[in-house]
Amino acid sequence: MPMSRPRFRLSAALVGAGLLISACANPGMGSDRDDPTAPVTLTFWHGWSTPGEVKALNDSVARFEKRHRNITVKLVPNVTDETMNQALRAGGSDAPDVVSSFTTNNVGQYCSSGMWADLDPFLRKTGVDKKRVFPKTLLDYTSYRGRQCALPLLADSYGLYYNKDAFKKAGITRPPRTMSELKRDAVKLTERTEDGGYRRVGFMPNFRLYQNSPDRMFAQWGPRYFDAHGKARLAEDPASEQFFATARALVDAQGGYGPLEKFRTTFGDEMSSQNAFLTQKLAMHLDGEWRGLMLKDAKAPFHWGTAPMPVPDDRPETYGRGYLTGTVLGIAHSSRHQNAAWELVRYLTTDTDQVVRFANAIHNVPSTKAALNSPELDADPAFRTFLTIARNRYSVALPPSTNGGQYVTALQDFSYAVEAGKVPDLGKGLRGLDAQIDADNLQSEN
Amino acid sequence: MATTTPAPALRRKRTRARLRTLGFLSPWLIGFSVFFGYPLIATVYFSFMHYNQIKPPAFVGLRNWTYVLTQMPLFGPALWNTLWLVVVMVALRVVFGLGIGMLATKIKSGTGFFRTAFYLPYLAPPVAATVAFVFLLNPGTGPVNEILGAVGIPAPSWFNDPDWAKPSLVMLSLWGIGDLMVIFMAALLDVPKEQYEAAELDGAGAWGKFRYVTWPSITPIVMFAVVTGVVQTMQYYTQALVAGKLASGVSIGPGTVIQPGYPDHATLTVPQLVYSLGFQNFNTGAACVLSLVLFALAMAVTTLLMRKRAGLLAAED
Repeated sequence: MPMSRPRFRLSAALVGAGLLISACANPGMGSDRDDPTAPVTLTFWHGWSTPGEVKALNDSVARFEKRHRNITVKLVPNVTDETMNQALRAGGSDAPDVVSSFTTNNVGQYCSSGMWADLDPFLRKTGVDKKRVFPKTLLDYTSYRGRQCALPLLADSYGLYYNKDAFKKAGITRPPRTMSELKRDAVKLTERTEDGGYRRVGFMPNFRLYQNSPDRMFAQWGPRYFDAHGKARLAEDPASEQFFATARALVDAQGGYGPLEKFRTTFGDEMSSQNAFLTQKLAMHLDGEWRGLMLKDAKAPFHWGTAPMPVPDDRPETYGRGYLTGTVLGIAHSSRHQNAAWELVRYLTTDTDQVVRFANAIHNVPSTKAALNSPELDADPAFRTFLTIARNRYSVALPPSTNGGQYVTALQDFSYAVEAGKVPDLGKGLRGLDAQIDADNLQSEN
Repeated sequence: MATTTPAPALRRKRTRARLRTLGFLSPWLIGFSVFFGYPLIATVYFSFMHYNQIKPPAFVGLRNWTYVLTQMPLFGPALWNTLWLVVVMVALRVVFGLGIGMLATKIKSGTGFFRTAFYLPYLAPPVAATVAFVFLLNPGTGPVNEILGAVGIPAPSWFNDPDWAKPSLVMLSLWGIGDLMVIFMAALLDVPKEQYEAAELDGAGAWGKFRYVTWPSITPIVMFAVVTGVVQTMQYYTQALVAGKLASGVSIGPGTVIQPGYPDHATLTVPQLVYSLGFQNFNTGAACVLSLVLFALAMAVTTLLMRKRAGLLAAED
């Protein structure tokens, strides 16, 4: 039966629209056939924003340009992951060639989506043996399912900052090493005002505080998020319940969730002079190695020290461990100068002298084996604590996942509910969390 | 009855007339096709696809729909918050806007000052206004709670309390009521004075005059305010996102992902979830499903209101 005219027009319109939509849904691809010795301008987007950090990176790039006279690098600072992701998906001539991220748990998404180019062919081409250059933990968080689409550009390790003056006043001689010591010291260090409010909290475990994302403190238990098949397994890991019980006990011992949260609203911005540790509203604080440099720059009006985060009482042998993350560097899939971009990535991530100089300049942990053992590294004992944490065999990083940090977001949401006392049955809650993470992961796969 | 085919000259004339009509309609037709028709078709298309905005889309049937409607725990809270805001915020805005409008028309001296004072907050950029409100209502350091504490009134935690976060957003929107005030003032000043005089002669009091004179006259304007308010509130995004983000105290910067909805998803709205799914998780399919659900809801509510309006107008006639 012949098609009626209106129906034919409608079908034609729908087919046309479908073709148009499909055509619009294919962003342009880059190229790895460029000549790295030809004159070229590369665009490098990064997230560093403080003047000191930006200067250190500019100096690094200036050293690179001296070596590679044909390559000019245009640096764009203070770019968030979100902006970078959207730019790479949109493509176009203004998209970056070299990209970086502070969020290692997004690497899985960068690799599985194809947004960041696979670096293995470049590593092979230029004879870089990644296993000899980089520590295993750092290689693990920069690859996904065998695809090395990023390389570590300095690392971050997390430890405990503590106010030595407050410790002295409370009669505490050394930083806590176990969770029960942490609780005991936190209670001793907590000071109240006349009206019952807080003057200072010993250790605030609230998950929304600065760097207190639950995955960071959870690292002290060394959890396994996924099984061999990639299924979430938080409910079957006894560490999960132990961790939440410890966090709840810390909260309860210092006055409860509500009052602590209210006190938290009086804190200034994390990266400002009103940081709560700097203003002595916190006696102990979980933070990364960069905080030391900031405390020095701000001329903190008290003596402070650093130590590894305490560990569970039943695992004293793991003391010294911590949470590891870092900056990752990669090449945009849409870059048309991928060989030239690789030269920059290779220099920034594998050149020992460069890695050491950059690490010293911004007080980050070096990300190559050679640089970690370099005598040129900053000898400051407060900084050395973090190097030790980075080298500790029990230290852990987050596993990559197909949809980046979505499972961490799910864990955060769940943790907020737990700390607020809204999860009466923790076991059931954790099973629900696992199901949620699995559903999210399945949804992100083709 | 036998039909006669029109002569060629007549056919040409009709074609020319059609083309002329289309020519006049073309600006709207192009705009509609580019900014509504195509996006709508694309949204429906992608709702059945797995598409991460890098690799080509792959057909996955109803998987995105199943995921959003049955497996995504944030869908429920986001929908509930959006509908709560639609009902409470729109109703209060209309009542408040009408009240302020009536006051502004009644004031005898300082009219200009009062009208300006009530209209000015509407001109504040939404982000700036939200930042100011979060600062003023900070439970730890905000002046509002300090004043309430000084006079012995127990102060809520406003944007930091799941029970108070949405009412705080409503307060913020009532502060910027100037747009509705102006519209209602125009409508109120349009009501013929003779009708009030006639009502007074019939013995009507203040309530009687409002009930039988003012209200029937301004009903179309009220309906306009309600319909536009519902559509705007269905798209409520900026203030909720900024308030939640600021009140949470989480540092903004590279390496941090803004998770909307603080506290406890109390300020999470459907448009925020669409953005989060589409441009943070790059889950385009699920984001499109959510957009279509929101579109269907907005259409249903608007249709219902338009029918109600038609009924009211018919009754008035």
